[in-house]
Amino acid sequence: MDNIIEVKNIVKKFDKFLAVDDISFNVKKGEIFAFLGPNGAGKTTTIKMLTTLLRPTSGEMIINGYNPVKDQYNARCSFGIVFQDPSLDDELTAEENMYFHGVLYKVPGKILKTRIEQMLNFVELQERKNELVKNFSGGMKRRLEIARGLLHHPKILFLDEPTLGLDPQTRNHIWDYIKNLNKTENITVFFTTHYMEEADKIANTVAIIDQGKIVAQDTPQELKKQTQKNSLEEAFLFFTGKKIREEVANSMDNLRMRRRVWHR
Amino acid sequence: MTTIYILWLRQIKRYFRSRSRIIGSLGQPLLFLVALGFGFGPIYQKAGGGNYIQFLAPGIISMSILFTAVFSGIEVIWDRQFGFLKETLVAPVSRFEIMIGRTLGGATVATIQGFIVFLISFFVGFRINNPLSLITAFIFMFLIALLFTALGTAIASILSDMQGFQLIVNFLIMPLFFLSGALFPLAGLPKIIGVVASLNPLSYGIDGLRGAFSNSAHFGILPDFLILSSIVFILIGIGSYLFSKIQI
Repeated sequence: MDNIIEVKNIVKKFDKFLAVDDISFNVKKGEIFAFLGPNGAGKTTTIKMLTTLLRPTSGEMIINGYNPVKDQYNARCSFGIVFQDPSLDDELTAEENMYFHGVLYKVPGKILKTRIEQMLNFVELQERKNELVKNFSGGMKRRLEIARGLLHHPKILFLDEPTLGLDPQTRNHIWDYIKNLNKTENITVFFTTHYMEEADKIANTVAIIDQGKIVAQDTPQELKKQTQKNSLEEAFLFFTGKKIREEVANSMDNLRMRRRVWHR
Repeated sequence: MTTIYILWLRQIKRYFRSRSRIIGSLGQPLLFLVALGFGFGPIYQKAGGGNYIQFLAPGIISMSILFTAVFSGIEVIWDRQFGFLKETLVAPVSRFEIMIGRTLGGATVATIQGFIVFLISFFVGFRINNPLSLITAFIFMFLIALLFTALGTAIASILSDMQGFQLIVNFLIMPLFFLSGALFPLAGLPKIIGVVASLNPLSYGIDGLRGAFSNSAHFGILPDFLILSSIVFILIGIGSYLFSKIQI
C-alpha cells in the first residue's frame, strides 16, 4: 500500500525549546493511525506542521503527494481537521458553520447544499441545523466539527483529541462514525488521544511520541507483545515512563471569563 | 471573491445577532452628544462658533465608528483564542483574502453603527443642509471605518491575548479620539495640540465628514479624502502583512 503521509527528519524549534526532535514516520493510505504521547510531547505541533499552520524548522513532509510547506493550496485541499479545542463560530448556526466551510473550500453551490444536508444527517444534527452553535453541548459541537471536516471530501482526516471531555456514549458514537467512514470512504484517519483503550480498539498503527521523539511505532497488538503488557496503556507507560509532564500554562481561562464580560 | 464575501457576511451576521451590544455601544455617543452638546453649547455660541451640536455630531459619529472599527479588528484575537481563526487558516484560501474579507466586514459594521449615531444625532438637533451630502459623508464614514478596522487587525495580529487590550484603549483609542478635533475646532489651537491633531488620521476623517455635512472643513474635503485614503491603503498593507505572519 502507498503512504499518504510521509514525514522525514522533521524538527520544530520554538526559540530554544525543541518541540519536535527529528521524527520520521509514514501513514499508509486508508489506515487509522494513532499518534500518542503525554502532554507536551509534540503531538499537536506535529499536526500543525502537517496541516500548514506551522513551518518545520527542518525536515521533509508529504501529505497526499503534496508538500505542506511549498504547495500549501493542494495540501490544504487534501485534509479535514478537527482541532483539539473547538473551532466553530458560536454566533453562527450549525448550517452556517458548514456553509462557511464549504465556501472556503470552494465546494460548488449546488453540491454544497445537498452535501451539508448529508453530513448533518450523518452526525444526526440535521434537526438542529438552524440553532446557534453556542447552544450546543460539547458532544454536539464535536460531531458538527467532524461533519464540517468531512464536507469537502478530504483524503485525510486529522483528529486532535476528538473525544476529550466527552462522555462514553458520545465517544462511542463518534468512533463508530469514524470507523464507518474509514471503511466506506477509505479516508485515512490520523488521530491523537489520551484514552489508550480507544487507540487500542480503533487504530491499525500506533506511534508513541515522547519529548519530541518517536519512541515506538507498531500495531497495538505488537506493542503489547513487545513490552509483555496486557493493555496498551501499560505499554504506553513502559515507553514513556510514569513521571507527570508539565504543560505550558496559557491564559485561556482568564480570557474566557473576560470575553463574557466584554461581549455582553 | 467568494472568500471575501463569506468572511464579510460572517461579520455582518455576528453584528446583527448581538443586539445587546449594538444598543450598549450607543449609550456612550448619546451621552456625549447630550452632555457635551448641550453643556458646551451656550459657551460655544457665545464664543461665536455657532451651533455646537452641528459641530459636534460628526465628531461623535466618527467616535462610534472608531470604537466599533478597532474592536472589530481586534476580534481577531478572540477568533484566535477560540479556535475559529484556525479553521480559516487551514482552508485553501490566501491570508490576504481572509484579511480583506474581515476588514470589509468590520468596516461595514462600523459604518452601520456610525449611521445609527447619525440618526440619533437628529433627535438632539443635528441637521444637514443637503441630502446629497450624505453620499460624501458615507464615503468618509466608510474610509474611517476601513482605516481603523485595518489598524485593529494589525494590532490583533501582534498580540496573542487580550492582556494588552486595556493598554490599547487607553493609549491608542482614547488619544486618537480626544486629539482629533472631534470635540473642538482645529483652528487657533496651541501649537503642540495642533501638530498632534494634524498627525492624527482621525482628524481628516472627522474634518471630511464635517465638510460633507456642513461645508466647514478645516483642511478641505479633497485633501481630507486623499490623506485618509492613502493611510487606509498603507494600513491595509501593514495589516495584511502582519496577519499573514500569524503563527498559531
